[in-house]
Amino acid sequence: MTVPIHWYLLLAAALFVIGAAGALTRRNGISIFLSIELMLNAANLTLVAYSRLLGVRTGQLVVFFVLAVAAAEAAVGLALFIAVFRQRHTIDVNRINLMRW
Amino acid sequence: MEMVIFLIFAALALGSSLVVVAHKNPIYSTMSLVLTLFSVAVLFVMLGAPFVGVLQVLIYTGAIVVLFLFVIMLLNLQAGQRRDGSGMAGQSLQMIVALGGAVLFGLLVALALGRTGLPPVQTLTADMVSLKLLSRQLFTEYLLPFEIVGLLLLVAVIGATVVARRPPQADSTTGYVESTKGSEP
Repeated sequence: MTVPIHWYLLLAAALFVIGAAGALTRRNGISIFLSIELMLNAANLTLVAYSRLLGVRTGQLVVFFVLAVAAAEAAVGLALFIAVFRQRHTIDVNRINLMRW
Repeated sequence: MEMVIFLIFAALALGSSLVVVAHKNPIYSTMSLVLTLFSVAVLFVMLGAPFVGVLQVLIYTGAIVVLFLFVIMLLNLQAGQRRDGSGMAGQSLQMIVALGGAVLFGLLVALALGRTGLPPVQTLTADMVSLKLLSRQLFTEYLLPFEIVGLLLLVAVIGATVVARRPPQADSTTGYVESTKGSEP
């Protein structure tokens, strides 16, 4: 029995929501980044599911670009956290308020 | 059979993503993210995109997650670093708000899917799975985005190196700037 495509879409929505909730509630910078990766992956799942649904390869190609951008984002973000940790000795985002005021 | 595999890996992805979000220790979160990404890679393969699934395992679990682990171990974060004032009440309030938003979003997606419906699923042809056709499309139709992404990765590597570098410190007596040698905590 084949799986209907909208199950994949609902699963992707659920993963995205879990990631969004994590990104909004966690205070450890690394955990926020992990949640963002989760959201990106849910978006990828949606892209591939629609690519399968419509019978075009474009969705799969967009996933490549999303992967590359995710890699760049992780590298720069983690470098920022290293720099902040050097200054503040914490990456708790509630205590990093350099730019809040 | 396909349904069984889907259900197994969907449940794995959901459960491990919950662990990613909920676990206090970032190392466990990261390892659980590996499981999530792997399950989603299996779903990619089931959707007729085996190359994307392979890339997912290689790039995400092979490169990005290892980078995360490096940084976590470099920063030496303790599990319970949460001494801020919001406490348990603020935490559960945040959780309730997040869950409420999640339920609303899920309702929205389900409503949108139910209202408009989906077009009929195309049959999976060999052309869809073919790596040759995929790469041909990538290197002809999407050549410019491909090059731009390459440039983006270069800029990101340089930027990450510059940002994470130990800053040079001026000598207080001479004003001479030289990089410090390992006295940083």
